[in-house]
Amino acid sequence: MVQGIAHRKKQYVEVTALHDEEGLVAPLAIKWEDGRRFEIDEVLDRRRAAALKVGGTGTRYLVRIGGRETFLYYEDPRWFVEAIVPDGAA
Amino acid sequence: MDPVLSDRIILHVDMNSFYASVEQAEHPELRGKPVVVGGEEDRRHGIVLTKSIEAKPYGIKTAEALWEARQKCPGLIVLPPHYHLYKRYSKIARAIYYDYTDLVEPFGLDENWLDITSTVQLHGGSALLVAREISERIKAELGVTVSIGIGWDKITAKFGSDYKKPDAITQITRENYREIFWGAPVRDLLYVGRATERKLHAAGIETIGQLAHASDGYLQRTFGKIGFMLRSFARGEDTTTVKSYDARRCDVARQIKSYGNGLTAPHDITCERDAKALIYLLAESVAQRLREGGMRAKTVAIAVRDAEDLTYYTRQMHLGASTAATMVIADSAWQLLVDNQPLDEEHAVRGLAVRVTSLIPSNGNRQLSFFKDHAQEDLDHAIDGLRQRFGNTCIQRGIELTDEALLGLDIKNDNTVHPVGYLHR
Repeated sequence: MVQGIAHRKKQYVEVTALHDEEGLVAPLAIKWEDGRRFEIDEVLDRRRAAALKVGGTGTRYLVRIGGRETFLYYEDPRWFVEAIVPDGAA
Repeated sequence: MDPVLSDRIILHVDMNSFYASVEQAEHPELRGKPVVVGGEEDRRHGIVLTKSIEAKPYGIKTAEALWEARQKCPGLIVLPPHYHLYKRYSKIARAIYYDYTDLVEPFGLDENWLDITSTVQLHGGSALLVAREISERIKAELGVTVSIGIGWDKITAKFGSDYKKPDAITQITRENYREIFWGAPVRDLLYVGRATERKLHAAGIETIGQLAHASDGYLQRTFGKIGFMLRSFARGEDTTTVKSYDARRCDVARQIKSYGNGLTAPHDITCERDAKALIYLLAESVAQRLREGGMRAKTVAIAVRDAEDLTYYTRQMHLGASTAATMVIADSAWQLLVDNQPLDEEHAVRGLAVRVTSLIPSNGNRQLSFFKDHAQEDLDHAIDGLRQRFGNTCIQRGIELTDEALLGLDIKNDNTVHPVGYLHR
């Protein structure tokens, strides 16, 4: 277990995305539950994958947000992230 | 069963403990725990639909009562089924299989046959390589495991996927089949159920290899035609092809085995004219649904219900070539009725049903006939187009106008009696 992280939970999020004429979907920004908005700087990888930490499957985007890399899943029609539940937050 | 150059390469991919595995993939906290998916527990007659790999050591069996399962395994996690999830996983898995071949035939939600004979060269040239890649992709993309059998026909492939579970690959080859396939108990062969097994045991046939060597006389006496089929399975001589389905759908839930429609007539049928009107009306709706489903049929069946004692019988005939033409189906159904049922006051009929089976996709290959007029199906398609735009009664057959009670009846939309319900009530 990573220090400071109790576990992860499946957190559905609001996403702004671009659907191009080929049908490809590119996420542009994520809106967090508290209203904060995070622009996605770059999509580094895109593949179908199981979300092993929180369960479920979908198109997994490896995205860079503010210099950090994280996974964003498109479950069609919903988007989710593997949100960190910090130690002590139960 | 000597090696054959033209051997096919068939894979059978079986998703292990499917419902339970999907639940565990969706809820990681359930991983490693004994889980069963069971139906309708609050009605007190819930049964185990699927058990997780971890539930097996407790001796929990599929189809046993949930209370029994709980007794065997205190703390057992029982979940209600979530079919939309299983369908989704099944669909994604099938999409993965379609990356390797266009011949993917489902056998329920969790099993599929793949014929990779002509595509294996595109994927590294080795069946084992393809099987490994599929297995790894299913694990990475869906978070569940599969067992895969590789054989030269559907039977040996299916046997292979059952041979070792979970998360395993078994290749049955011309070199190892005598040991693995022939040495296995005869119940491990597809379609050998408990009753068949008992009969085979009574004749001293314990293994698949012994069945492969059973005599004509014994098989004919004990099983009839089915006996020869089972022996050909055991000999690895099954020639059944892996059927092609619509790849865009990837959806096994839509797999339909028959189309049918039946009607209890507005009044008892006592003359040929009324019977013919009803048969044509029913055949027309059946053919229309068949075409909408993108299928052709090779068998036409009728069911006839007696007005006196309400018993029914069924008759069926095989067509020379598959068809979706209304006239062919209607004429065949009518022929069946005329051949089997006197139509007069003495033998009043309460209801009739028409059903077509042995379906094949209409976009697949099919045997054409030199003698049949294929314009018939074009005409039907034109009529279907009119009906789609203006309603089913916008154009009717002359014969249907002969019975006033049937006039204006939209049999396709107003009457959707399920054929099974009609035939087996």
